[in-house]
Amino acid sequence: MSLASPLLRAGEACRRPLKGAFNRIGSGDMSVSNTRRVILGAALAGAAFLGTLLPAAAQETIKVGILHSLSGTMAISETTLKDVMLMLIDEQNKKGGVLGKKLEAVVVDPASNWPLFAEKARELIAKDKVSAVFGCWTSVSRKSVLPVFKELNSILFYPVQYEGEESERNVFYTGAAPNQQAIPAVDYLAKEEKVQRWVLAGTDYVYPRTTNKILEAYLKSKGVKAEDIMINYTPFGHSDWQTIVSDIKKFGSAGKKTAVVSTINGDANVPFYKELGNQGIKATDIPVVAFSVGEEELAGIDTKPLLGHLAAWNYFQSVKTPENEAFIKQWKAYKKNDKAVTNDPMEAHVIGFAMWVKAVEKAKSFDPDKVIDALPGIEAPNLTGGISKMLPNHHITKPVLIGEIKADGQFDVVSKTGLVAGDAWSKELDGSKDLIGDWVEKKCGNFNVKTGKCGGA
Amino acid sequence: MRFVSCLLRMIALATLLALQPGAASAQGSPQAAEEAFTRLGADSFSDTNRAIEILIANAHPQAAVIIEALADGRLLAGGGAVVVKTKDGKLLDAKTGAALASEPPGLSAVRLNNGVRRTIQAALGGLGLLNPDAGKRIAAAEAVFKSRDASLLPVLEGAIAKESDARAKAALRQAQAAILIAKPDAPPFDRIAAVDVLRERGDQDALATLRSLPGDSSAGLREAQGRAVSAIESKLALWRAGQNLWYGLSLGSVLLLAAIGLAITFGVMGVINMAHGEMVMLGAYTTFIVQELIRTRFPGLFDYSLLIAVPLAFLVAGLVGIAIERGVIRFLYGRPLETLLATWGISLILQQAVRTAFGPTNREVGAPNFMSGAFEIGQLAITWNRLWIIVFAGLVFAALLAILKLTPIGLQMRAVTQNRRMASAMGIRTGRVDALTFGLGSGVAGLAGVALSQIDNVSPNLGQSYIIDSFMVVVFGGVGNLWGTLVGAMTLGIANKLLEPYAGAVLGKIALLVFIILFIQKRPRGLFAQKGRAVEA
Repeated sequence: MSLASPLLRAGEACRRPLKGAFNRIGSGDMSVSNTRRVILGAALAGAAFLGTLLPAAAQETIKVGILHSLSGTMAISETTLKDVMLMLIDEQNKKGGVLGKKLEAVVVDPASNWPLFAEKARELIAKDKVSAVFGCWTSVSRKSVLPVFKELNSILFYPVQYEGEESERNVFYTGAAPNQQAIPAVDYLAKEEKVQRWVLAGTDYVYPRTTNKILEAYLKSKGVKAEDIMINYTPFGHSDWQTIVSDIKKFGSAGKKTAVVSTINGDANVPFYKELGNQGIKATDIPVVAFSVGEEELAGIDTKPLLGHLAAWNYFQSVKTPENEAFIKQWKAYKKNDKAVTNDPMEAHVIGFAMWVKAVEKAKSFDPDKVIDALPGIEAPNLTGGISKMLPNHHITKPVLIGEIKADGQFDVVSKTGLVAGDAWSKELDGSKDLIGDWVEKKCGNFNVKTGKCGGA
Repeated sequence: MRFVSCLLRMIALATLLALQPGAASAQGSPQAAEEAFTRLGADSFSDTNRAIEILIANAHPQAAVIIEALADGRLLAGGGAVVVKTKDGKLLDAKTGAALASEPPGLSAVRLNNGVRRTIQAALGGLGLLNPDAGKRIAAAEAVFKSRDASLLPVLEGAIAKESDARAKAALRQAQAAILIAKPDAPPFDRIAAVDVLRERGDQDALATLRSLPGDSSAGLREAQGRAVSAIESKLALWRAGQNLWYGLSLGSVLLLAAIGLAITFGVMGVINMAHGEMVMLGAYTTFIVQELIRTRFPGLFDYSLLIAVPLAFLVAGLVGIAIERGVIRFLYGRPLETLLATWGISLILQQAVRTAFGPTNREVGAPNFMSGAFEIGQLAITWNRLWIIVFAGLVFAALLAILKLTPIGLQMRAVTQNRRMASAMGIRTGRVDALTFGLGSGVAGLAGVALSQIDNVSPNLGQSYIIDSFMVVVFGGVGNLWGTLVGAMTLGIANKLLEPYAGAVLGKIALLVFIILFIQKRPRGLFAQKGRAVEA
């Protein structure tokens, strides 16, 4: 609907600082952190007092930063990730902490504001002296904090599926690279649903554009003709999908089995799926496979008309493994809500946090340099019954699951692959097919195997 | 293998046809039926698929019941037992249809994927062709039209011969035609006739079926197919133009709803109200709360939930509007920049307040029955929710116009906005009128929220995506003129939707923005400029 969203974005630059300020006032963040400081101070004073009574009770804590938006547009996705990190840290402390030291979570709110992400990251590393940061959701927020992590040499665990084409020394990517989500999903459709015609629909920004470029190259390499691929981009927050859905219907009437591969992001999915349901596009006719729609997004839609549409992730809440059932139980108890849902980026944080703890124990130090060197090769169980491993390119191995939407808003897993190693650089794109990331032997994020040099193509 | 199974099904269905449904008892071999039940319990999609085929091939007396239950997720299996759960919750043994006294342990619903769903659809199509209910026969014919299962041809022919209902007969003929098109060994004359039947049908599905004609068909057939395809295409192109117009109207009505409250607060009062979108959001959340209450307390009233939400949303948003006017805006009249910043701050506070109260995730507002689904006029698919939103926008517009033109308070509002001091001198309490006007504008925004909850997501960010559009409509239409807002909204909606198919969603919007910028250069006061002394004031 937002006819004016380009205008809006153009005007955003001048609005941002203000908006951040208002958000902080609006969210009451300042007062919260003030009261927290007061309580903390009181607690510390109390502990110091106790310390004189009980020797060796007070001890140094290790700080872990949590950098997720708690206000603004991305709060919808990122708030739960903050909660899951608090739960994991809590649980680790109950087990006695790490290296005999208790962990302490430092939560900041970058308010869905990309420059503020960098500011808050600096605050976490320089002021709070955190040992590692778990955070970011959008690629642009990750790109925004990247220079800060490099400059101050800290560790970021990034839990969301992204477009790839990156491997940085200070970042560990626990979400899926395109070859761990998009390509297996397309393979599934081609094999199981015999799809021959493809609609690649996405929101107009870097993740869908790169993913679709990779998918287009991949499909063409599999012999799909250019006229059998339709690519469509829509602005952020697009809410009038009538024309596009009817275009998809028209594209699907060429006598060949058609499917939609959706990289539509965030809130725009709800009106998109509502329109699909209203125009009667059933999964048995034109299935839609989505990469950004999980249990959380479906919570806002009546899913009955969406029965059978697909999503590709590395984790679904409905996976039946003992690890997952224990995790869901723990999460529901932590949220004190029997309807609380779990999703893929949450699992990525579970794996990432477990890997960080193991790496610290292996390195016997919280020093970022030592932990960064210790991380590749570390293994941690994922929640779908396998053991994920951190690779030299700082991505991890994960299984790829394809789920069909059920009437209750959960997913029924219809296909599961073995562990797939994440590629930092896509093999489908000309610019990156010769590149690898290897921080163990080559000490390089973009090593060109043809020229044998570090530093890209 | 496939051929054998098809053959088996043909024979089986022929016997089914001969014996009439219901009278067919215990046909086929018991071992095969046993195999089907084992496969149903195997929790594998390919086994479930095969089981359906076996049940159909053997014309198992329970086949229809089992497959229908499977489609609805009421077929349970586990521990060697296969159980049908009836719609009213009773448990039946799937093999015999006998009621079960107790539930066998370890049951879980047999899972489906799209492949199995398609098999079910085809199977139900085959079984439903002889259903006594004409509506069911049409649905079955549609299913066969999609599955193009050649083994059903003899059944179809039998059904067509017996059919008395004209619509069902047409649907059956189309299903038959779809099969014939894809069947290379059918008589060529029949296939050309089939092309004509599909041409008659003339919709997207017919086009898809025609296009699936195998490439090695005879020249005559291919020529007929080519003619039919281009005939359908040119007809569809016309319909598509109509459809774009309809989409434009629908988008226009949404814009109108979003902007019309602003036409009061900004257009009439001159307050640059950045919190307007949040009033829309409050309306949507009011709808959500009303629906939640109805869902838990009075489920029978669900279809009326939106109707009940309409006055409440108006009140909630209106009262918040009055509070904002009395608390903040009245101190800032005549200072547009401060008003802009203050209302913007209010908008962020409201957003975060809602986020804290309801959580950041989307809330589900269900569609009442009369707003779900679509109907067709020719090839024009019209969704009920869009139609009702257009009607609702029209009603709100008419009501607002009536209030401003016909009621005393409307008169006072116009008087105050046109000449505040004179109105004050005539004994109008301008402060009270200001508050009421702002409340009216906000309340109307709340009404928009009720409608938008049906098409957009109910989240704290709902309002943000509409605020700029609303300003654009009001400025384009002419500040201070409700008719201008109507014409502006419809023009922008239709222009956007006519551009979109050619330029794409992103470029289309940019083109529209450029157009508005140029237009404002030429006519700074919008389409319907206000004349007279009020303009200078």
